[in-house]
Amino acid sequence: MAGDAPRSRGRLVLARLLASPGVVIGGGIVVLLFLLAFVGPYLTHWKYTDIDYTALRQPPSAQHWFGTAGLGQDVYAQTLRGLQKSLIIGLLVALLSTCLAGLVGACAGYFGGWTDRLLIFFVDLMLVFPSFLIITIVSPRLKNSGWLAFVVLLAAFNWMITARVVRSMTISLKEREFVRAARFMGVRPLRIIWRHILPNCASYLIVDATIAVGAAVMNETMLSYFGFGVQPPDVSLGTLIADGTDSAPTYPWMFYFAAGLLVLFVLAVNLVGDGLRDALDPTAAAGRRPSRRTLRALRRRAAATAAVGSRGTPPALDAEGTA
Amino acid sequence: MTTTATELLTVRDLRVDFAGARGRGTVTAVRGVDLTLRRGETLGIVGESGSGKSVTALSVLGLLPGTAAVHGSVTLDGRELIGLPPGELTRIRGRRIAMVFQDPLSAFTPVYRIGDQIAEAVRAHQKTDKTAARRRAAELLDLVGIPDPQRALDSFPHEFSGGMRQRAMIAMAVANEPDILLADEPTTALDVTIQAQVLDVLRTAQRETGAALVLVSHDLGVIAQMADRVAVMYAGRVVETAPVDELFGAPRHPYTLGLIGAVPRLDRDGGPLVPIPGNPPALVDLPPGCPFAPRCPLAGDDCRTAEPPLTGSDGHQAACLRADRLAAERPAPADVYPVPPLPPAARPVDRSRLPQVLRVTGLAKTFPVLKGTVVKRKVGEVYAVDGVHLDIRRGETLGLVGESGSGKSTTLFEILGLTAPEAGRIELLGQDTAALSREAVHRLRAQLQIVFQDPMASLDPRLPIGDIIAEPLQAQRAPRERIAALIPELLTKVGLEPAHAARYPHEFSGGQRQRVSIARALAVSPQLLVLDEPVSALDVSIQAGVLNLLQELKATLDLSYLFVSHDLSVIRHLADRVSVMYLGRTVEQGPVAEVFTTARHPYTRALLSAVPLPDPAAERGRTRILLPGDPPSPTSRPVGCAFRTRCPLYATLGGEQRSRCEQQAPALDTAAEHGAACHWGGE
Ligand SMILES: Nc1ncnc2c1ncn2[C@@H]1O[C@H](COP(=O)(O)OP(=O)(O)OP(=O)(O)O)[C@@H](O)[C@H]1O
Ligand code: SF4
Ligand code: SF4
Ligand SMILES: [Mg+2]
Repeated sequence: MAGDAPRSRGRLVLARLLASPGVVIGGGIVVLLFLLAFVGPYLTHWKYTDIDYTALRQPPSAQHWFGTAGLGQDVYAQTLRGLQKSLIIGLLVALLSTCLAGLVGACAGYFGGWTDRLLIFFVDLMLVFPSFLIITIVSPRLKNSGWLAFVVLLAAFNWMITARVVRSMTISLKEREFVRAARFMGVRPLRIIWRHILPNCASYLIVDATIAVGAAVMNETMLSYFGFGVQPPDVSLGTLIADGTDSAPTYPWMFYFAAGLLVLFVLAVNLVGDGLRDALDPTAAAGRRPSRRTLRALRRRAAATAAVGSRGTPPALDAEGTA
Repeated sequence: MTTTATELLTVRDLRVDFAGARGRGTVTAVRGVDLTLRRGETLGIVGESGSGKSVTALSVLGLLPGTAAVHGSVTLDGRELIGLPPGELTRIRGRRIAMVFQDPLSAFTPVYRIGDQIAEAVRAHQKTDKTAARRRAAELLDLVGIPDPQRALDSFPHEFSGGMRQRAMIAMAVANEPDILLADEPTTALDVTIQAQVLDVLRTAQRETGAALVLVSHDLGVIAQMADRVAVMYAGRVVETAPVDELFGAPRHPYTLGLIGAVPRLDRDGGPLVPIPGNPPALVDLPPGCPFAPRCPLAGDDCRTAEPPLTGSDGHQAACLRADRLAAERPAPADVYPVPPLPPAARPVDRSRLPQVLRVTGLAKTFPVLKGTVVKRKVGEVYAVDGVHLDIRRGETLGLVGESGSGKSTTLFEILGLTAPEAGRIELLGQDTAALSREAVHRLRAQLQIVFQDPMASLDPRLPIGDIIAEPLQAQRAPRERIAALIPELLTKVGLEPAHAARYPHEFSGGQRQRVSIARALAVSPQLLVLDEPVSALDVSIQAGVLNLLQELKATLDLSYLFVSHDLSVIRHLADRVSVMYLGRTVEQGPVAEVFTTARHPYTRALLSAVPLPDPAAERGRTRILLPGDPPSPTSRPVGCAFRTRCPLYATLGGEQRSRCEQQAPALDTAAEHGAACHWGGE
């Protein structure tokens, strides 16, 4: 299916994405965060496992840039190590759960009948199962299979509500004429879902995904309590924030660096998400926004051509006025 | 102009501004409108969508939303209405001026009975007790021709059909014998036979109460039939106003002239229509000069300096610098506007020798009526289609006519489904759809394409139109290079520019979107194009261009069309043959010229007589056959002729002949060139 994916839509969306300041800034911040997370640790000789017994709970200094924690760990090294984990977990979990939700919801809504009943039964089952119970059962087995299994598990408990919403959106989209038109033209169902249904659910899916990023980072913390996921001495932003919350008033550096980076990360993802949503929605003003001057020039030109008597409909310049 | 005693309502220099949303400029919807309404007369206001007709009407009643700023003067019997406190306005509304809306459902509160709502309207302005008000409500319902008024009083709005609701609405409007009835597109949502009934009711109501009527409509035919004087609106201004005969006979504004040339007519065939190029301007930051200048074939430099005022003598005024020239020369629309040359129509040949494209015989489709929320039980059946016959040969256009609910769309979807029908037979290009493999169905899809009614809804808003047009090609697995080469070609063919491929649907006007739909349908070079009301969402000036395009494409590409429409004038204009449906059955079919001149089925005759002509002189000379009531519900299958309940011919028959109508369903002779399903339809 990806072979003959909508080439020109792809290119248009890309152009609109790059023209949106939000995407450029947000994307820039995410790239910088990745750089910081993966290059930053080499700038100091402290490892996140190192313990400096001479400096317990010290504020930031030339020696320890972000200060030290209760056992003398270097907060800078720890925060960056946490950032590495959380960036990947946050983005992957959001991506995975949104894709799963989109696919299951759209298929259930589009095909209806037994497909719908089976899929929705499964979704509801997942919703009523106490997820942490399942995690405690499966976690011993997955303990050694690394962070990827962990991402999958986090995503697996995060998609059901979205899927239900997508399903109901699909049911109403399915009756729209453009979907009907595609069906009568002989477009295959999966392709209709890919080309028409999902892009028209995109605004919702993207907002949902950006929220899921922040949620995934924090959910991971909860999982750590079950001895699953990130275990000491290893850290993530989630565990750092959880551990630092109590000491925030007295030792602010143990909390605010990690919290600040998480906020920055979520903010950047939101910026990118907003830009992406506008880029996919051609009626959104952002990304299109021809300047007033070009509009006026176009209008003059149209008036001129019409006056010369050239026939046929001139390009719609009144999009702004009538839309 | 001096104010005379007969002037009831005067509107002077009315301006309405809507504050722009989110940084957009202010929309000036009405830019200096002058109107005069005399006692007892009918003033027609005609104009295209967005020309400010409704806003003008609503501002007279003070019904505009808070974002609107109204300037100018509206006087009723010398009393200024603009700026009156809301309480006083409310007293005038209903008592002196009453309104009939396009959508009557929104004017009734769904949870109250019709009778109570009308009685309440009576009691709001008159001191009467409840029983008297109720008696008056029953009288009013009787006046507007609602059968069994006593029972109707206790009905809820949703139990009424569209036509009945509109009548009830008129009853409510005349409850207090107002001086002015304001009707904004009162029949736009209705079928022609129902429209004829409602217009008739409006006339009756006007006669009984002596009210003046302001009739807002986009339909030149309705205006020609009803109005004494007409005001034509364009871009928020009145551009021409005249007595109805003068306006249609000798228009002095190029826009009026263009409109008259753009409407297809029931009493003429074929030939290209006069499209007005371009689109109406956006009402934000209008350039100086005549707002029609970008579309006007007579425009010169002098038109672009200042907006021409509305001037003229003897009650015929026009806002155009060339009005005198038009008045003197009286050109035909086609003399002024460039008309595209259409390729000559194919020479008439013996149609039985042409290859068959589509043949449908005895098609039927029923839908179950379900009841219950948890467990659905089938409690009955809707006979949506029950005996449809169609026959299309290569290069022919078959017009499928019928009122809403007659099963046109169901018929189309049954054909487009390419599966075995419930009953009957569908043959596409000689292949019976009941015996097709999945692969064969997929291949046949390329031969059969559809253009929907609403061009906005049928184009995916999130795809650029290049991708939209490519879709059927991709579905047929055309190679990518060929798709890339075809798209600019297709866009040019439908009168758009290749560069438009990268734009999204919302950046186009309605007519352009419909051209995109047509380009998409043509992409795979189909043999049969199904057009489901393709122009009914468009304004006449735009519609003319699309109809011309369809005619041109048909001639150059040797296409066949199955053209569905409720507008008989459009069918007359475009189709070679016509098939008339009533209650899911084909009741008459034959060549257009023959059916439209010598219809054999009483229903077809009534339908044809109900279509208003955009020609006041011809309108007055016509006799209209008004059908009683509404079409019966398709949930029961009538014994005998389905049209019997409304048939004017049946009513005149003798007992013996009647019993044949009652017992035996008339059959359609499908083999004949021109046939009707009526026992007494004559030959
Ligand atoms: N509440 C509103 N807010 C902003 N703009 C409005 C509002 N109502 C109408 N307009 C604008 O005023 C202009 C004239 O609208 P109006 O409804 O009078 O047109 P019309 O001639 O009645 O068209 P139609 O045939 O579609 O009913 C349009 O550009 C419309 O967008
Ligand atoms: S004033 Fe000029 S542009 Fe306007 S309608 Fe008349 S001729 Fe055309
Ligand atoms: S068969 Fe009888 S009832 Fe039916 S249309 Fe003819 S005359 Fe009317
Ligand atoms: Mg209107």
